[in-house]
Amino acid sequence: MEAILSTRNVTKRFGGLIAVNSFEIDVKENSISSVIGPNGAGKTTFFNCITGFYTPTEGEIIFDGNEHIEGLRPDQVTLKGISRTYQNIRLFSNMTAIENILVGMHRHLKTHWIESIYKSKRFIKEEEDALEEAIRLLNFVGLKGLGDHSARNLPYGAQRRLEIARALASKPKLLLLDEPTAGMNPNESIELMHFIRQLRDEVGITILLIEHDMKVVMGISEEIWVMDFGQKIAEGTPLEIQRNPKVIEAYLGSGAASGLNLEQGE
Amino acid sequence: MKKSTTTKEIVNQGLLAGLIALSLNVIGFIALLGERELITGWVSLGHVFLFASPLAFAYLMSKKMGAESKGKLLGVGFAIGAIASLPSIILIFIESATNIRQFLANVSPALVEMLTFGQGAVLGSILLLIAFGLIGAFAAVISALSDHIRHPLINAFAWTLGFATFSEILLIRVRDIFGRGLAKLIFSGKALNPVFAIIFFAIVAAITVFWDKRGASIKEKMLNFTPVQNKQMARGKSALIALAILFLPLILGSYLTEVTNNVGLYILMGLGLNIVVGFAGLLDLGYVAFFAIGAYVMGVLTSEGALGLDAGFTFWTALPISVITATLFGIVLGIPVLGMRGDYLAIVTLGFGEIIRIIAVSDLFKDTLGGAQGILQIPKPSFFGTDLVQPGQLYYVVLAGVLLALFIATRLRDSRLGRQWMAMREDEDVAEAMGMNLVNTKLMAFATGAAFSGLAGAIFASKLTSIFPHSFNLIISINVLSLIIVGGVGSIPGVFAGALILVGLPELLREFAEYRMLIYGTLLIVMMLFKPEGFLPDQRRKRELHPDDEIEAPPQSVGAES
Repeated sequence: MEAILSTRNVTKRFGGLIAVNSFEIDVKENSISSVIGPNGAGKTTFFNCITGFYTPTEGEIIFDGNEHIEGLRPDQVTLKGISRTYQNIRLFSNMTAIENILVGMHRHLKTHWIESIYKSKRFIKEEEDALEEAIRLLNFVGLKGLGDHSARNLPYGAQRRLEIARALASKPKLLLLDEPTAGMNPNESIELMHFIRQLRDEVGITILLIEHDMKVVMGISEEIWVMDFGQKIAEGTPLEIQRNPKVIEAYLGSGAASGLNLEQGE
Repeated sequence: MKKSTTTKEIVNQGLLAGLIALSLNVIGFIALLGERELITGWVSLGHVFLFASPLAFAYLMSKKMGAESKGKLLGVGFAIGAIASLPSIILIFIESATNIRQFLANVSPALVEMLTFGQGAVLGSILLLIAFGLIGAFAAVISALSDHIRHPLINAFAWTLGFATFSEILLIRVRDIFGRGLAKLIFSGKALNPVFAIIFFAIVAAITVFWDKRGASIKEKMLNFTPVQNKQMARGKSALIALAILFLPLILGSYLTEVTNNVGLYILMGLGLNIVVGFAGLLDLGYVAFFAIGAYVMGVLTSEGALGLDAGFTFWTALPISVITATLFGIVLGIPVLGMRGDYLAIVTLGFGEIIRIIAVSDLFKDTLGGAQGILQIPKPSFFGTDLVQPGQLYYVVLAGVLLALFIATRLRDSRLGRQWMAMREDEDVAEAMGMNLVNTKLMAFATGAAFSGLAGAIFASKLTSIFPHSFNLIISINVLSLIIVGGVGSIPGVFAGALILVGLPELLREFAEYRMLIYGTLLIVMMLFKPEGFLPDQRRKRELHPDDEIEAPPQSVGAES
């Protein structure tokens, strides 16, 4: 399979601190893969480099064939077809669920603001279609009927799902999920895991995860990169990762090592 | 143990109420408002404010105590009231012993006379204590009454007080519209006739009783209306409102119309700033700059005085140029602050507002902008040959501006751009990650806001016929921002509510003018504490429920039945 996202030698320094050190991954098209690592390993910084929140100090990020996206602004990266969720949920909390999704659709809406003042036919049509699509997405992530609630009033799990729906609204080719199961109980995590797989199978997009929950990571990932102190210390299938002594060492003491022994699959 | 905490609480609440009453006394608020009678010979606005704090504190306290015996509640109410009078009583004795006007200019014999009911320090203090106590006890009684008695009483009090507060203005309107006879019946002097006050009180109470009993069934009937009936109701309502707005100057008379025009200009600015601050979340403290630019462009283009351009511009041809100039300045001043957020943005925009004003005062542009002398002889707008001189005529110019701004603001709010603004307000980084260009989105907000403000400024210049730099100081920006906060940040109806409360009310109660800033401050603090979302908060639009579909669906089933 061809890689949809390749990072070459990506490095991010903050002053003397090297948060990400020559990190290289190749995300295969239509796969589910994960970046794992202990707290503070630099995973989210790496995500921020991909999505344009940070400009990498060095290195190249190649997306969808041969487009270089390093150094682009976040909105430009989104236009290329990468969408993300956040470690701490970052919804537009005073807007309704539907409005959150509609904002996510921004890049596919084309009418000029002038048209919204005199309500051109094109504008009305576009808004109707967008609303229909937003409701479809809302139902798809299992939030049917919650569309008119303010995002901040939704239960935690629903907020996570809404964030995914908002990310999907931009019809990305690659979806980056930053700890999607953080703060969820085991049942919710398993449910979300099934949902992520369903997402890949039904929508047909590539998914790259950052995840702490080993059960989730080992259960759904096809390929895993392990990060520690900004460096890649291992890569491979879940099975290979579980047996890698370096990985176990990196995780020792963080308490997550026990999770590594879990059998693959659910 | 429990008893002692309650006693402590009663003393605390009483003293708190007393300190509020004392400070209102010391700043001269009560004495000043004492001059405005509400019910001739009986109640003045000063009394209302003096007694407001023991009333409120006793009411809240007995509400909190809930299901105690009535006698105990009565006692607590009286105690809170009586304690609340103590600070003021101390003030009375200090005043009668020495002259402290050197330090507290407003503690005058007139104030003491009012506080002691003209009975001298000792007897007067006892009377004041009893009066405060009774007010407290009264509040406790009210709170202990069952809902169906309390509601009509509170309603009747509120309406009667409201009616009486505005009686000076209402008197003139009633006299002009219905004749002297009716006015004499309702008012005596400048205040409400006591007999009429009682009748009015009874009528309001009766109506409330009726509505409490029958209102539910009437509402239910309205719920059962067919969609066609609903549509007719809505249409009827809009037609009535439209008619009322159209003929408002006739109802209000020239003074109130003038007040309305000022409110209208503030609404216009409020609608603009609401886009910048409310929708887009960009705290702009220099908003008056665009108001000034609109006004000065109008002044320079149309003035018939020495500074006028004399290029044949009329109000109507200069208007678009004013608006466009203000809009361009909105963009130009927006560019440097694109990367700034929150406090930094506020400070820098504050600076811009001052820069514009100082440029207008400066000698550098004295030949075009007139310096401190301003621009004079700006003609009033004319409409097909008629000069719009009267407030009742200018009203329609302001109205047209407000309606236009309202229309644009509503449409933009409900569009993609509106969603972009709100997303940016909620989380700028994530909004950018949704693929939107923050530069364009911010500049659009600054430009639209500036355009509305420029429009208001242009109308302002033409309405006043002369403009001076000191009309455009920081306080205008603060006023507009305050009215948005009071109305509800991001809420379009809130702009109207805020402008009426903060601009309209002080014009009607001229005594307030001196204490305007104090009242603004108090109101803002109280709002932040108890109603941070504002009087008319923004209602998020319901999108998923498709209310339109529900209205359209039933006729088919009606057809199926017949």
